[in-house]
Amino acid sequence: MARSTLDAAVESRPQRTRPTRRRRTPFQMVAQILGELLITVGIVLLLFVGWELWWTNIDSGIKQDQALEQFFSDVTLAPEPPAPSTDGGEDAPAVEDFGEPAVLAQSALTGTFGVVYVPRFGENYSRPITAGVGTDVLDNLGLGHYPGTAAPGAVGNIALAGHRQTHGQVLDQIHTLVPGDRIYLQTRDGYYTYVFRNTEIVLPDRVDVIAPVPTDPAAEPLDRILTLTSCNPRFGAQERIIAYSVMESWRPLDAGPPPEIAEQVARAAGQA
Amino acid sequence: MYGSIFRALPGPLWMRIVLSVVLVLAAVAVLLVFVFPWISQFSPLTDSTIGSP
Repeated sequence: MARSTLDAAVESRPQRTRPTRRRRTPFQMVAQILGELLITVGIVLLLFVGWELWWTNIDSGIKQDQALEQFFSDVTLAPEPPAPSTDGGEDAPAVEDFGEPAVLAQSALTGTFGVVYVPRFGENYSRPITAGVGTDVLDNLGLGHYPGTAAPGAVGNIALAGHRQTHGQVLDQIHTLVPGDRIYLQTRDGYYTYVFRNTEIVLPDRVDVIAPVPTDPAAEPLDRILTLTSCNPRFGAQERIIAYSVMESWRPLDAGPPPEIAEQVARAAGQA
Repeated sequence: MYGSIFRALPGPLWMRIVLSVVLVLAAVAVLLVFVFPWISQFSPLTDSTIGSP
């Protein structure tokens, strides 16, 4: 049975190959081309979703690592921090007083000028801070510093923007911050410890949240504020989520990093 | 459409398969390198700044 079928197939093949290609009506041809185009569009859209949600993060991660490497190549860390044996934890921050914080001049706020450590966002969370909030910065290097806002440690408001999703999604976990969480900034001058206070969800046109005194542009700043902005909800952009923190302390670079993030700093600098 | 492209490729079957894979990869590369970054600027996911940057 099987044999006879095979034979028949072999016999019929030479006849069928060339001349008897089925003629299609114009409608069938148009329908086929349209169908193939639609399938192609579907595949391309899926590819785009994969690229946007997955590949941009990997791409941005590589560029952020390079930016960190660049930053740490210009910064000479203290050879070996004093290494206090008692791990303070969140309740007992370092109480050493180093006086008025050293602050970068506005003119020094170019390129990647700092690093952010947020233990709440993960053990290894260390991201470069780069001047500017254009897509060239945010899409490639993670956190961008709003031009004209304060420098780390200065009286006033240092405002940083970062993506909630895609392109590194540096502020994906912004909603998990709990009042009292520490956010550490590092520049070539030292380490600035900020304490997270609250989040606020606003409409995208509320530029007053990055004013020197957030939401009160006319007021004279007295506090040292850190403001993070990202989009909200997580996979949308109808609103912005704003996270405010207040500076608690600072340490000069030679004093070594705050003990709570000594490991992270070493890791961030070591991977350089 | 794709059938006629496949038939228009030169060479024996294995060569046409190789050529069509190369064509598909080239199309994907063009999408990844040029098209998607351009579309991405219209993506609402990437608006994370306050005001108009």
